[in-house]
Amino acid sequence: MLEVKNLKKHFGHIEAVKGISFTVEKGEVLGFLGPNGAGKSTTMRMITGFLPPTSGTAIVCGHDVQKDPVSAKRAMGYLPENAPAYDSMMVTDFLRFAARLRGMSGVALEDKVEATIHKCHLLKVRNQSIHTLSKGYRQRTCFAQAIIHDPPVLIMDEPTDGLDPNQKHVVRSMINDMAAEKVIIVSTHILEEVEAVCSRAVIIANGKIVTNSTPDELKSQSKNGRLDEVFRRLTLDDEDDAYKPASAGEKDAHKLSPAHKEDM
Amino acid sequence: MTSTRNTATIFCREFKSYFESPVAYVFLVVFLLLTGFMTFSVGSFFERSTADLGPFFFWHPWVYLLLVPAACMGLWAEERRTGTLELLLTMPITMTEAIIGKFLAAWAFISLAIILTFPIVVTTCHLGNPDLGVVFCGYLGSILLAGSYVATGMLTSSMTRSQVIGFVLALVLCLLMLLAGWEPVTGYFVKWAPAWVVNAVESVSFMPHYSSMQRGVIDLRDIGYYLSVIGLMLCATHVVLDNRKSA
Ligand SMILES: Nc1ncnc2c1ncn2[C@@H]1O[C@H](COP(=O)(O)OP(=O)(O)O)[C@@H](O)[C@H]1O
Ligand SMILES: [Mg+2]
Repeated sequence: MLEVKNLKKHFGHIEAVKGISFTVEKGEVLGFLGPNGAGKSTTMRMITGFLPPTSGTAIVCGHDVQKDPVSAKRAMGYLPENAPAYDSMMVTDFLRFAARLRGMSGVALEDKVEATIHKCHLLKVRNQSIHTLSKGYRQRTCFAQAIIHDPPVLIMDEPTDGLDPNQKHVVRSMINDMAAEKVIIVSTHILEEVEAVCSRAVIIANGKIVTNSTPDELKSQSKNGRLDEVFRRLTLDDEDDAYKPASAGEKDAHKLSPAHKEDM
Repeated sequence: MTSTRNTATIFCREFKSYFESPVAYVFLVVFLLLTGFMTFSVGSFFERSTADLGPFFFWHPWVYLLLVPAACMGLWAEERRTGTLELLLTMPITMTEAIIGKFLAAWAFISLAIILTFPIVVTTCHLGNPDLGVVFCGYLGSILLAGSYVATGMLTSSMTRSQVIGFVLALVLCLLMLLAGWEPVTGYFVKWAPAWVVNAVESVSFMPHYSSMQRGVIDLRDIGYYLSVIGLMLCATHVVLDNRKSA
């Protein structure tokens, strides 16, 4: 259903993504893991057709994102990092706008907007301007935009970033509800999320895949059965080999990653 | 077919967004006050005691110079800054549809401001007998001129994430296009350059095309000129957005 073929991206002389390939089938939730700056967002932006890759491509339900972007985009829903949305619009109007661009109209459009507002628990804020929403509602509004056309492929960049534990729970259960009939990719640096929603985990570090397996297999690789230990080993090892002198600061950032689990 | 639908959707959102904040009202009021002031005080509209709208249209290029870049600076810069560009460009639409939708929305907004100046026409009709053909032609020229400014503002807005930079670049670019046909500038070229250079410089300028329409002459070459400036700026916007490094 979704096939990523050797995606690479250079920003000037920075190689942000150095050749990433994987496939995801219907019914799978792929956790896209990696420390900050690993290249998760850049990869997702290339899959969704927002950034042109330096080389490689992605095939979404048979449509090549490079050759036929409109058809590929039609099959995808995308929740970008930090949930961007038009601040001055009302939640309902924003969803109508998305639905219209997704090809809906008339009664079908209104029904779909209603249904999505219910599904994403947005009833309370439906007539509010988006800039007045709390982070959790804003995230859900942008999420609603991504699923309004019931896409076969759903791509989410850090969907629970900055949410409180209850809101995280809501987002995760929405993902679980949809998991069976879709291809889902969720990027995260929060390891609990992998166990909560993912059926497979791809760990990337410095723009390369270091591991592609199930959460259980990953856990079995560590002595104490904890994901964060495996994660740290995989992502730190890689850096120690390749970037010993240059990136001491970066390494500190990685060490912070396990601490994120405290804010769960 | 879908293409016009998507363009229309983007047009509507963009046009409405002007009215979702006080920007539209501030803009319309300032535009009307400024054109009114320029026409009646600086342009001595009444003292001329001829029933034509010369002094009214005379100031349009200068009023637009300030206000149109302000109305267009957010078109892309704001989408880039807030990240909504990522939403827009991952929708199943083409870049061309997005660009044309936004351009038409901003142009329609400025045109609305221009059309709201109609009381001046009514007043003139009341006081005398203006040639309505010339008035119509003047409005047409003014709206086309505004379209060129809008397309320019759109291009500079696409180059940056900062609205202020977009504004300043648009102002400078529009000023250059205006002054290229201004007498002091062409006079400077006349002294040393061959005639065809003078003509070339003059013909890229907004000014000569604008003034000929103010005299009531509808020349297809003038209309063609404005449409090509608009087309050129929109294509350039397309290139800039295709080559952006990030949001
Ligand atoms: N527009 C850009 N220009 C230059 N470098 C960039 C740009 N976007 C991302 N990068 C770099 O690419 C790398 C990967 O970034 P990103 O994909 O955002 O990581 P992640 O989402 O995994 O935290 C980082 O080192 C980042 O600095
Ligand atoms: Mg990211």
